Amino acid sequence: MDILYNILIDPFVQMGSAPDFFLQVLWSGFVAGTLYSLIALGFVLIFKASGVFNFAQGIMVVFAALTLVGLYQAGVPAWIALFLTIGAMFALAWLVERIVLRNLVNQEEIILFMATIGLNYFLIGFGEYVFGGEPKPMIAKELGLPTGSTTFEPFGGIVIIEHLDVAAVIMAIVLVSALAIFFNKTRIGRALRAVADDHQAALSVGISLNQIWVIVWFAAGIVALATGIMWGAKSDVSFALQIVALKALPVLIIGGFTSIPGAIIGGLVIGFGEKLFEIYWGALLGSGVEGWFAYVIALIFLLFRPQGLFGEKIIERI
Amino acid sequence: MFYREVGQFKTNYTADSQVFPILQDKLGIIAMLVIAYLIIPLAGNDFFITTVMIPFLVFTLATIGLNILVGYTGQLSLGTGAFMGVGAYSCYKLTTIFPDVNIIIMVLLSGFFAAAIGILFGLPSLRIKGFYLAVTTLAAQFFLEWAFIRIPWLYNYNASGAIEVPQRDGFGGVVLAGAAAEPVTRYLVVLSIVLAMTWVASNIIRGRIGRSWMMIRDMDIAAELMGVRPLYAKLSAFAVSSFYCGVAGAMGVFFWLGAAEVESFDINHSFLFLFMAIIGGLGSLIGCYMGAAFIWILPIIIRALPGALGLDINAATVEHINFMMIGGMIIFFLIVEPHGLARLWQIAKEKLRTWPFPYS
Repeated sequence: MDILYNILIDPFVQMGSAPDFFLQVLWSGFVAGTLYSLIALGFVLIFKASGVFNFAQGIMVVFAALTLVGLYQAGVPAWIALFLTIGAMFALAWLVERIVLRNLVNQEEIILFMATIGLNYFLIGFGEYVFGGEPKPMIAKELGLPTGSTTFEPFGGIVIIEHLDVAAVIMAIVLVSALAIFFNKTRIGRALRAVADDHQAALSVGISLNQIWVIVWFAAGIVALATGIMWGAKSDVSFALQIVALKALPVLIIGGFTSIPGAIIGGLVIGFGEKLFEIYWGALLGSGVEGWFAYVIALIFLLFRPQGLFGEKIIERI
Repeated sequence: MFYREVGQFKTNYTADSQVFPILQDKLGIIAMLVIAYLIIPLAGNDFFITTVMIPFLVFTLATIGLNILVGYTGQLSLGTGAFMGVGAYSCYKLTTIFPDVNIIIMVLLSGFFAAAIGILFGLPSLRIKGFYLAVTTLAAQFFLEWAFIRIPWLYNYNASGAIEVPQRDGFGGVVLAGAAAEPVTRYLVVLSIVLAMTWVASNIIRGRIGRSWMMIRDMDIAAELMGVRPLYAKLSAFAVSSFYCGVAGAMGVFFWLGAAEVESFDINHSFLFLFMAIIGGLGSLIGCYMGAAFIWILPIIIRALPGALGLDINAATVEHINFMMIGGMIIFFLIVEPHGLARLWQIAKEKLRTWPFPYS
């Protein structure tokens, strides 16, 4: 009975007795969720357009952030460093298309997936070789990101909201709306959707697959850069970030691999769920549950909806 | 010219369905066995045996386990490291609870624990496949890693949180595991277990169970229509695969590392075995040996190379170059030969058969 009480009743009693703390937990879950969504967005972009499950998205986040910080430390002014980093992401996209994707056209999905794992390893080695392995502070202030915090006092308690988190949320919203407009309203966006639907049909109406792939990987690179800046500003820029990036996988599963709104909602579900579970239920299991909670949620989710919340229904034929 | 089956007639069905039907292959295998059992123990020094051969064999076994799942059954798994951990921790618990039982029996028994956990985490594979399944195996990976840290019972409440191998004797007082064990003894034990289990695996794969795995891999719905039960086929693949991984994990700790923490079974190791399986060749047992040798031995050579050439490059740089090389190699292999070293070996054998008159 004691255990049942601890699982079913006690956490809610705690939530009710300290509503300000509960709000704080919700807010941190929300922020973590938006950042997960951002990483997941990078995956979805590439998966939609090329059917490649890009395992290297996590390391692209680290790589983008490291390039930015590395350039700044080398004496380049912050804003110029930002533009140079965008250039570097474009170069990366172009090289990936040239060297990897073009040579692997028409291969099975799993082969392409493995190739991105190879890319992942290559970028880890290259990044550490060029920038060194030690964690670096993100140049948040120089890029004009706010630093302070505002304190609210609801229910007679305090809730601290950091301006950086607000900036992260706003940035995520802007990025997602920009991508949505890009996908739905522009000529290239429509071409992207055509490629996602059917490679051969897209080719036959004159869409260049190679060009589309460069654009998509570049867009994913930009998303990676934005994610890297925000994550880096919250904690340091280091290669440990790529483990965080793996959390995008359960996010994708909940949202569905091909849906941008799915990525956002999935991210929020994981963000909220993880924080609430860690704070209110984690102690029962000996804490540290944040590491696997997301995956287990995804696993349970998969048993009921194998294609995710918004994923396309899988129809199988022989 | 030299590698040709001309004149080697088979007069009964058994002879025709041998694992190595060609005489030259048999001779090659015997030569390899002589090298492995006689020349390496006699001529190899301790360094070579402990840092090259033993881990190579252990990793081969883990790769075989993974290959059964990925290469033969088509179920992508990223949890190999954790399944190895299950084997290692259960072997440690078994041998501390029953210290008098031969350690080799315990190593093999621990595979069953890994198999049970494997079946548990393989259950979702009945509903989902592909990348989705990869995520559920990631759940296994992270959950088990967490369990290895948070459940102190698993490591007997050691302050260090690590499992340390106690000394274990067997077969007339020869020390098999622990700090006092001779590298050659450990090598021979590992070699025998790996070879025996490879032989078992090759027979499973050639038999009814293995064929049902391959049918599931090639087209699961068609396989189901033809009478293969996906439940049995997939779960048996998970069980056998995890059994192999578990034994490999237990051997890795008891005959190689001597002590292990959770870091020895982390996600990077899972990836490492995936690379070995890919580079060696998915769906090939000989490929597991080749892949493990390639991924394990190549970095050792790269590390030794600057010193041998008299160049002064610091260790960190070599490590980074190592990463880049492995990543580059994987992409290179996927582009040039997606079916890995095993396929290259097969092509080479075909070429050898017709050499020097390829058009005759």
